[in-house]
Amino acid sequence: MMRSLVSPDFLVKIDHRQCRRCKRCVQGCGFGALSFQDRVVPDNTRCVACQRCVAFCPEEAITVVRNPLAFKGNDYWTANDIKSIYKQAEAGGMLFTGMGNDRPYGSYFDRMVLDACQVTNPSIDPLREPMELRTYLGSKPNALEFVERAGGAGSGGPGADMAPLGATLATRLGPQVALETPIIFAAMSYGAISLQAHKALARAASLAGSLMNTGEGGLHKELYPYSDRIIVQVASGRFGVDQEYLDRGAAVEIKIGQGAKPGIGGHLPGEKVSQEVSQTRMIPEGSDALSPAPHHDIYSIEDLSQLIYALKEATRYSKPVGVKIAAVHNVAAIASGIARAGADFVYIDGFRGGTGAAPTMIRDNIGIPIEMAIAAVDDRLRLEGIRNQVTLVAAGGIRNSGDVAKAIALGADVVAIGTAALLAMGCHLCQKCNTGNCSWGIATQRPELTRRLETEEATERLVNLLRGWSLELKDFLGALGVNAIESLRGSRERLRGVGLNQVELDVLGIKPCGR
Amino acid sequence: MKGTFPRIPSGCSITGILNKKAKRFSGADVIRSIRLMHDRSNGLGGGFAGYGIYPQYKDHYAFHLLYTNEASQHDTEYFLEKNFVIDRCEPIPTRPHPRITDTPMLWRYFLRVKPYVVEQFSSSHNRELVKSADEADAEKNFVVSQVMEINQKIGGAFVASSGKNMGVFKGVGFPEDIGEFYRVEEYEGYMWTSHGRFPTNTPGWWGGAHPFTILDWSVVHNGEISSYGINRRYLEAFGYHCTLQTDTEVIAYLFDLLHRRQGLSLENTCLALAAPFWKEIDRYPEPKREAVTAIRQVYGSAMLNGPFSLVVGFTGGMIGITDRIKLRPLVCGQKDEVVYLSSEESAIREICPAPDRVWTIRAGEPIIVKLEEGVQP
Ligand code: SF4
Ligand code: SF4
Repeated sequence: MMRSLVSPDFLVKIDHRQCRRCKRCVQGCGFGALSFQDRVVPDNTRCVACQRCVAFCPEEAITVVRNPLAFKGNDYWTANDIKSIYKQAEAGGMLFTGMGNDRPYGSYFDRMVLDACQVTNPSIDPLREPMELRTYLGSKPNALEFVERAGGAGSGGPGADMAPLGATLATRLGPQVALETPIIFAAMSYGAISLQAHKALARAASLAGSLMNTGEGGLHKELYPYSDRIIVQVASGRFGVDQEYLDRGAAVEIKIGQGAKPGIGGHLPGEKVSQEVSQTRMIPEGSDALSPAPHHDIYSIEDLSQLIYALKEATRYSKPVGVKIAAVHNVAAIASGIARAGADFVYIDGFRGGTGAAPTMIRDNIGIPIEMAIAAVDDRLRLEGIRNQVTLVAAGGIRNSGDVAKAIALGADVVAIGTAALLAMGCHLCQKCNTGNCSWGIATQRPELTRRLETEEATERLVNLLRGWSLELKDFLGALGVNAIESLRGSRERLRGVGLNQVELDVLGIKPCGR
Repeated sequence: MKGTFPRIPSGCSITGILNKKAKRFSGADVIRSIRLMHDRSNGLGGGFAGYGIYPQYKDHYAFHLLYTNEASQHDTEYFLEKNFVIDRCEPIPTRPHPRITDTPMLWRYFLRVKPYVVEQFSSSHNRELVKSADEADAEKNFVVSQVMEINQKIGGAFVASSGKNMGVFKGVGFPEDIGEFYRVEEYEGYMWTSHGRFPTNTPGWWGGAHPFTILDWSVVHNGEISSYGINRRYLEAFGYHCTLQTDTEVIAYLFDLLHRRQGLSLENTCLALAAPFWKEIDRYPEPKREAVTAIRQVYGSAMLNGPFSLVVGFTGGMIGITDRIKLRPLVCGQKDEVVYLSSEESAIREICPAPDRVWTIRAGEPIIVKLEEGVQP
């Protein structure tokens, strides 16, 4: 039989003079790339460069290097293309991967810069002056109405030097969830990630006044204490959805699509459906958890509206109900439809958004950048006079607080981070989440692997990340001479494009630098 | 030429004087007051708003127009004639002034809206009208749309003011020179506001001077609205087009939108524009906490951020307010029934040497002064 033509991506080099044969690396590798036969023996074909062994070797005896070019150089047929063909020729299936689109499409975030104040409008020192990041998730009316209080004078009445608020608020706002920072955690399901990771996200959200999102895998009992900081998701598989689940959430999200795999459903292999996962998802142990591509009760915007209101009824209109969609070509019109269908927030996931598992071709070839999607959606909602009706949550490849600030300046109210949160917990972006072998104990259900993710420590790292980014956001605000996030939100005047063509500038609604 | 100027940051002096008994007084006082603060402006812009100056036409919309050429005048008058009855039209009186040059053509019109046009307008623009229950409001919405259209579409024409029984006199020069040029001392009003401008760079355009107005709202502003970008986008959704590329413009429109169209009280409008910090709001007793929280939630995009002190004039009163951390000065003074607002105490004492009271305004807390009860403007 012919040997596999797929050459290893990485080579593991062990310095045997340094190695003290402690076997820590052998135990540490979730992918079985290392074994011990009187000395450490690597199986290069299995190495995914998750760097677990490198990080934990006490002797710095391991290095993982990219396999030097095994093919003749070709700018068109990349090594990746060739290897993928070999793989498919051998196995005859679809290519699968984890994490977000890694293709060199570029980034609009990297082509935009923010403004700062000089002299005429002073910058504000965030260390001395209050800087406000508080944001409310929920639908707001276009205007407020007040009724005059008995004895209070009406507005405009001549000579009425009335005390502030000589009137009572008559408008009743829909439910609002307060966020102390406009950064929340993106939807990641228990099943795709470990309970340890899920708990860390919930606890961090609770400590930081942010939100975590259950994803479509239900809510494990151990997360109940943090339920006022949890968005519960209702996806096409309806896993784990019952009245108690809805009651436990601070907000409910209907998942239509995901940036990494717009238009297709999900698949959690039976091996990952442990007893705990099976209980949380409310499906038999060991069975595949299949989420159909569309919701089987949603084939139109009217159907979506029915589900939105069914969930609002079920939760007695006490919490925001939103809809998550992938950023696709027509995202603006879809978002507008969702707003009109009664959603309180619209969550848009750009094409860089991560995933626990997705067909590689789908991930790499469908969807549009979140920057463009935010701009298009915000414009459309404003044009239609319904911008206040929904909170706009943007996600999909937010890498740092600069991206957050730019997303908000383009028009997002809230930004969600998934990959960045996993990185904070130790993920090394090996993109093998779909295998369930995550050496870092994150994207796996294997007890010997999940055990190594300390919930306590992961929580702290997540809180630190939110804190660091929030401090940086305040610094941005101060430099921009404003002291509240709402003065940056949608303020595209404070953005400039670098090296963008006129059409791109128009879509983003920004000027080129120098103007 | 409109829309082609970059936005111009500026520092400034501002003054406002109101007689609460609506006794009218000459514009000479306000000129003296602003003259004292000569050094706060650099000769690139000055202006005045007078209220109660046209008692003989008090029910007419008084349109003050700046024209850069005859074609723009022709187009504007043709445009106005379609929807308005022009009861009087004349050049705004000026006197030659050695330091005021390159003057545009300055005209004023006293207008009544033709009866049927408002109805037509209201039915075709329903979506934009948040609340226009009564007829007077519908008419005003219509007038706003006409001002927007002239500013936006007729090249070389610019509406300096459009309110009833009030008018704006502004241009490029030191404010005291502009006052002399327009013969402001010859008018009598119950309220005057004024502005001296210190732009860091200027196209020398008359339309860029303060006050900025819409209907009878006038705004003189010292500072820079750092939130201009979002304030402007917010207003656009309600049919206000910021053609002048200057941040002050949005303030006048925000007052018009929040107070007149959406019916917020002046106090609540000020709470929206210079909102208290969350830390304070959280400490308010109910139901105030809930109400102010709602104001910030709903009107976040209207909040003015960045350094400012403002005097906002309207029929029957004026408002003095600063940004929430008070990055620009504003002083209030009072003598009998006259209330003064100014960037500097000296500018108050210049015209009122012995005020009963002088105090500095606290950050973000508005001073709203109105005519005494029962007094008609
Ligand atoms: S962890 Fe390092 S020292 Fe221990 S067996 Fe592996 S290579 Fe050797
Ligand atoms: S979560 Fe684990 S498997 Fe997924 S990319 Fe990160 S390190 Fe790799």
